[in-house]
Amino acid sequence: MSSTSNSPTHHTSTIGAIGAPSRRNTELALLVFAVVIPVFAYANVGLAVNDEVPAGLLSYGLGLGLLAAVGHLVVRKFAPYADPLLLPLATLLNGLGLVAIWRLDQSELLQSIQQAGTAAPRQLMYTAMGIALFLVVLIFLKDHRVLQRYTYISMVGALILLLLPLVPGLGQNIYGAKIWIKVGSFSIQPGEFAKIVLAIFFAGYLMVKRDALALASRRFMGLYLPRGRDLGPILVVWIVSILILVFETDLGTSLLFFGMFVIMLYVATERTSWIVFGLLMSAVGAVGVASFEPHIQQRVDAWLDPLREYKLSQQGVGGHSEQAMQALWAFGSGGTLGTGWGQGHSDLIRFAANSDFILATFGEELGLAGLMALLLLYALIVERGVRTALAARDPFGKLLAIGLSGAFALQVFIVAGGVMGLIPLTGMTMPFLAYGGSSVIANWALIGLLLRISDTARRPAPAPANPDAEMTQVVRP
Amino acid sequence: MNKPLRRIALFCGLLVLTLLIRDNWLQYVKADELKTDDRNRRVLIERYAAPRGDIIVDGKAITGHATTDGDFKYKRTYKDGAMWAPVTGYVSQAFGATQLEAIDDGILTGNDDRLFFRNTLDMLTGKKREGGNVVTTLNSAAQKAAYDGLKAQGGKGAVAAIEPSTGKILALASYPSYDPSSIAGGGDSDAKAWKSLLKENNKDDPTLNRALREVYPPGSTFKVLTAAAALENGLYKSADEKTDSPLPWTMPGTTQELPNEGDLPCKDATLREALRVSCNTVFGKIGSDLGNEKMLEMAKKFGFTEEQFVPVRSAASVFSDDMEPSQVALSSIGQFNTAATPLQMAMVTSAIANNGTLMQPYMVDELQAPNLDTIEKTEPEEMSKPLSADNAQILQSMMETVVKDGTGTNAQLSGVTVGGKTGTAQHGVDNSENPYAWFISYAKQSDGSAPVAVAVVVEDENASRDDISGGGLAAPIAKNVMRAVLDSKK
Repeated sequence: MSSTSNSPTHHTSTIGAIGAPSRRNTELALLVFAVVIPVFAYANVGLAVNDEVPAGLLSYGLGLGLLAAVGHLVVRKFAPYADPLLLPLATLLNGLGLVAIWRLDQSELLQSIQQAGTAAPRQLMYTAMGIALFLVVLIFLKDHRVLQRYTYISMVGALILLLLPLVPGLGQNIYGAKIWIKVGSFSIQPGEFAKIVLAIFFAGYLMVKRDALALASRRFMGLYLPRGRDLGPILVVWIVSILILVFETDLGTSLLFFGMFVIMLYVATERTSWIVFGLLMSAVGAVGVASFEPHIQQRVDAWLDPLREYKLSQQGVGGHSEQAMQALWAFGSGGTLGTGWGQGHSDLIRFAANSDFILATFGEELGLAGLMALLLLYALIVERGVRTALAARDPFGKLLAIGLSGAFALQVFIVAGGVMGLIPLTGMTMPFLAYGGSSVIANWALIGLLLRISDTARRPAPAPANPDAEMTQVVRP
Repeated sequence: MNKPLRRIALFCGLLVLTLLIRDNWLQYVKADELKTDDRNRRVLIERYAAPRGDIIVDGKAITGHATTDGDFKYKRTYKDGAMWAPVTGYVSQAFGATQLEAIDDGILTGNDDRLFFRNTLDMLTGKKREGGNVVTTLNSAAQKAAYDGLKAQGGKGAVAAIEPSTGKILALASYPSYDPSSIAGGGDSDAKAWKSLLKENNKDDPTLNRALREVYPPGSTFKVLTAAAALENGLYKSADEKTDSPLPWTMPGTTQELPNEGDLPCKDATLREALRVSCNTVFGKIGSDLGNEKMLEMAKKFGFTEEQFVPVRSAASVFSDDMEPSQVALSSIGQFNTAATPLQMAMVTSAIANNGTLMQPYMVDELQAPNLDTIEKTEPEEMSKPLSADNAQILQSMMETVVKDGTGTNAQLSGVTVGGKTGTAQHGVDNSENPYAWFISYAKQSDGSAPVAVAVVVEDENASRDDISGGGLAAPIAKNVMRAVLDSKK
């Protein structure tokens, strides 16, 4: 790891100053596309559904454009060397998500079964709140290493967030999974925020303990076995994950946190044995809990035979849902090129069509081509996150960046895989696309953190106080 | 730390790759299977997304469409739905489709393979899919006469009318009927209407297409077929030759006499006289003289024992084999197991009127593409030749006598020669139920051509149990149907 010394005479700093362009103009150019593409998509939906360009086109375009512009200006001012792709990617996904939510707002079927129809304006409001939090992170968090100080506070905070849905009167059980809390008229998914706070705790903790965890171990059958006492932390996280699984009955959240921890542990210690342990423990945990928890069992059954699940729901058998099969039909009906914006029937998924299952709308209306492009946008976000981790010059930054991007990748996989029937369905949502305040706000904060780390990583050390002096030294023998 | 970071990057790449592969599996490999799955509601949404093509009678559509709430955009409407229901069948957003609506569904929705090229062009030019039309052979005036006649009568009944020279079906009425418009949608009122139409809730069974799907004992109308068998098998050579008919006549193998309806001059009566007054003894004896095999052979030539596809399926009419001679005798006067659809009796009449040639009955003249191009045209086709032209003419003259001064005088029409035969068929245990009044007839013009043959059956509690009731109840309806056809030819 290279030194981050601020010494004005340090050799590398001068080269860094020359070699790292800020890339802010690249970001601006990409942002224009990230705003224009959703605006066209929005117009497209209006033309397909109502045969007219939607009345809100201008305000929608201006709203998204304004949010992007403010974001860009603050990045330009407070994180000038940050990664140029992350903000446009998040803006594009968020914009497309808004379009899809608005498109589903137009569905009479969804309007008739729930108080939908107004989801898009709310989501725009959540987006504004998300970007506000993003700005707060960039403006007030000058250096991500400050977060190290809050390692153990983060631990407490994360535990509280994770356990909130279990508090009687506060927690909500929506279709079996207890991962929401209700405050006033808002439903909040604390897990989305816990994801970030936990990453901070893991990064801080592992940075301190990595040497002990990595070096004090015995070799056994080609694997480095950790000492018994070093197993402590992973056991605690494992138990907490199992508890989430048992009490909140959500496989996805549990898998996400445990997976994130294993990734960070592996990066911190460079010990493959942790991966093996992690996989073993998650397999044992998942199978163990699934064997006695009926909700998890039902999710697994629905995944193995979605058609049977559909038939049961059509017969009115309680606790069964047609959603999974309806999502598969939506994907299949989209085919290679899709039906085009506004011309699919993904509203047949009914409940959560615009949140957990929003990917099915993209699959049906944009087809295989559009959905693959969308997945690659997510892949690109993860790639930029990993690149940030590689570029970061401090272990805390590295760990935090890989924790956040690893969790993001896992979440995308768990949600998309669930909706596409690759793995059992869970109650999480697609970052940025899905309707839901918690998800949008938390993920904007996540992008803010990644930008902060990448800015620190790519920022040149301040130039020497008097560059002429150095030159003078060279010229004068 | 960078080595594990690169490995994690690889791992994330694998996650995304897995998703991409799964997506290709879903949206490319399995796409068609998922897209066309019956349970995928999109299949139905697509089906009702465009106005359905129409069913045409006399150049005018007897169907239409209306928009509905919900995800099914259009539903079917029918003009004079109850009158046309035996022709159209129904198509419903909730209850499927039957008869013509089901058989020509592909053309009507525009999804038929024969429209594929056109649809592909339309897709490229951005035109919406449209349905084609089904042009029927029916005659709206004749249909109206038939339906109104049945309705005025008030009992259950049916009418089938055919153009003898081609086999074109001109009228196909059933009463009581139902309006298929009332069940075309998917709403609560449609479900209620549907429930009230079900047989278990409605003893009238209004959705039963009696003209095609119900078999009735044909009674004395079957005697024309027995007469045809006698002539064709050479048992008797002419209408005016005395038959070997004792009176009373005891059925062979039994001690039971076959009664006539009243004191009729049936002893050794000629075929003409026997048909005029409807002698059971004469025709019963002919049947038993000819035997089961020959009678069955003749019945089969007229289309008995086979389902007809016009293209809507009709029930198979019944003439048994392996019967005792006495049972053959009863069967030959349209009793015992003998049972026929109204269509079947119209076919018998039409073959006689068409000088012995039975044409395949059909009701779809042509299928049209949305732009009215003909996709398929039905050509008249000979089905069989049950009797020679000479014998057919002998039979015609006998049937004409029935109408001129026999039991069928109610069917007389000025300007044309009408030939016909009445019938009253008892049924139920010990004939406890209302008898069926039958009338079959054709109208022949001065040039010898017969533009219409018709069969009418009416079940009515007021029908008296004698042979006149066929002439009293059914003949006026047949007459009106024939007149409607003749008038529309002018």
